[in-house]
Amino acid sequence: MDETTALEVHDLNAWYGHTQALRNMSLSMMERRITAVIGPSGCGKSTFIRCLNRINDLMPGFRVAGRVLFKGQDLYAPGVDPIEIRLRIGMVFQKPNPFPKPIYDNVAYGPRLCGIKERARLDALVEESLKKAALWDEVKDKLHHSALALSGGQQQRLCIARALAVEPEVLLLDEPCSALDPIATGRIEELLLDLKKNYTMVIVTHNMQQAARVSDTTAFFMLGQLVEFGPTSQIFTNPRDKVTEDYITGRFG
Amino acid sequence: MRIEAHTLARMLSRRRRMELGFKALAVTTLAIALGSLALLLLDAIADGAGRLSWQFLTSFPSRKPEEAGILSALVGTVCLILLTAVFAFPIGVGAAIYLEEYAGKSWFSRVVEVNISNLAGVPSIIYGLLGLELFVRAMGFDRSLLSGALTMALLVLPIIIISSREALRTVPRSIREASFALGADRWQTIWHQVLPLALPGILTGSILAFSRAIGEAAPLITIGALTYVAFLPDGLFAPFTALPIQIFNWVSRPQAGFHANAAAAILVLLAVLLLMNALAVFLRQRYQKRLNL
Ligand SMILES: Nc1ncnc2c1ncn2[C@@H]1O[C@H](COP(=O)(O)OP(=O)(O)OP(=O)(O)O)[C@@H](O)[C@H]1O
Ligand SMILES: [Mg+2]
Repeated sequence: MDETTALEVHDLNAWYGHTQALRNMSLSMMERRITAVIGPSGCGKSTFIRCLNRINDLMPGFRVAGRVLFKGQDLYAPGVDPIEIRLRIGMVFQKPNPFPKPIYDNVAYGPRLCGIKERARLDALVEESLKKAALWDEVKDKLHHSALALSGGQQQRLCIARALAVEPEVLLLDEPCSALDPIATGRIEELLLDLKKNYTMVIVTHNMQQAARVSDTTAFFMLGQLVEFGPTSQIFTNPRDKVTEDYITGRFG
Repeated sequence: MRIEAHTLARMLSRRRRMELGFKALAVTTLAIALGSLALLLLDAIADGAGRLSWQFLTSFPSRKPEEAGILSALVGTVCLILLTAVFAFPIGVGAAIYLEEYAGKSWFSRVVEVNISNLAGVPSIIYGLLGLELFVRAMGFDRSLLSGALTMALLVLPIIIISSREALRTVPRSIREASFALGADRWQTIWHQVLPLALPGILTGSILAFSRAIGEAAPLITIGALTYVAFLPDGLFAPFTALPIQIFNWVSRPQAGFHANAAAAILVLLAVLLLMNALAVFLRQRYQKRLNL
């Protein structure tokens, strides 16, 4: 197994106004692996993952210090274009957020922004992305219907397809299954395991079984700090920290 | 805590009585508002309906009330409002986009914000005075259609900015984030996602602002729009008149015939307003349907 580091976080601190949300975080995420981020509500999981593609730049009053290296390049170095970063590091949000447009236009949005106009090429990209997201068979006959008419699980897979259409290298997923039933969740988990062949992924989840099932590495956060970080099998069977053990086994207060 | 049965019953009956009281109050105020409106309308219809005719719509004003018409005023009003929209809509929406999407939370943007809200409350005659100094005199546009439209544009600008900002604010953050996460820049996000969603609100607010401008007489009188115009405006710099001015002029005449003319002109003005509001509703429905597909 070749283990190359895709994302490396060094001493990351983040603030919303005066409240600090992340403290001295350091961890690295391997290429073509799934890293799970777990921890109690409000511990900074979303904040952390949103630092990795600089989407939090848009949040008024938000500030970061520290370094996030993507293949050796510091994302927060001066002169780095956040748009280029977001093209290489895609994101799927906690709540499905399709555009109120047809399914086709949702998936084609990213490629069109990159200047792809030829119908045939867009058609191919849309089909390929929807197939990767395991949605093609369900929507191939209604590509020009509104995305809002899809079910929650279908919408979330559409959001995944939309993110894949710009062909990123990394996919960040913030609780992608929190609004879904077990069947839709199962489909998305299968999908993630399948996508692992080509993508590096970071997934935030409140579902311990999900973290155990899909991830290779797990990070446990508490109160904005990294408590424990290691191979998923070790974290779930033999955690080093008492707090981690309590949280994972549900004995957490 | 347990409430005894009879205390509870008393409490509930008191609430019911209060609710009844509020309902009666609400119905009364509504009746007063609608009633006075109906009275006004009936009065105008009684006085003016007889004068409404093709001849009235297609004649220029005249010394004889039965020969006079509102052609120049009606055409003037339509030209004025179209021209006002051409100036005020892009500037107002542009300013709203800047304030809402680009300007941060600096002291500068807060000062601008407070000023705009205050400007929306400034009496229209003040805008007339500004227009008189700025457009009629300083810029030398004279008492032209252009001066009138620019003055009206100033008058409606704050309302357009405020309602457009409101409409932009209703677009959920999640949609913007989805767009940015796909590598869109700020302008692409605004153009492809935010504006289409905000458009129904922007259009409705703007059309309501323009219909307010249609009824304004004070600023036009201040900049010196003519009250007797026996020709149609043939360009931006042509003198003009408008319906409210024509009505004002006829009402102040002693002859009863002119009063009937004024009532008829009021009915025409109301029809124009109704038409514009219908347009606002229509546009809103249409765009909303397109969004829901
Ligand atoms: N926009 C914001 N403004 C101010 N504080 C914020 C904002 N977003 C998050 N926070 C604070 O930052 C801390 C971390 O929040 P974050 O959303 O990262 O938590 P989380 O681990 O994702 O929680 P959850 O599991 O509930 O999604 C919290 O204390 C929260 O109150
Ligand atoms: Mg979160």
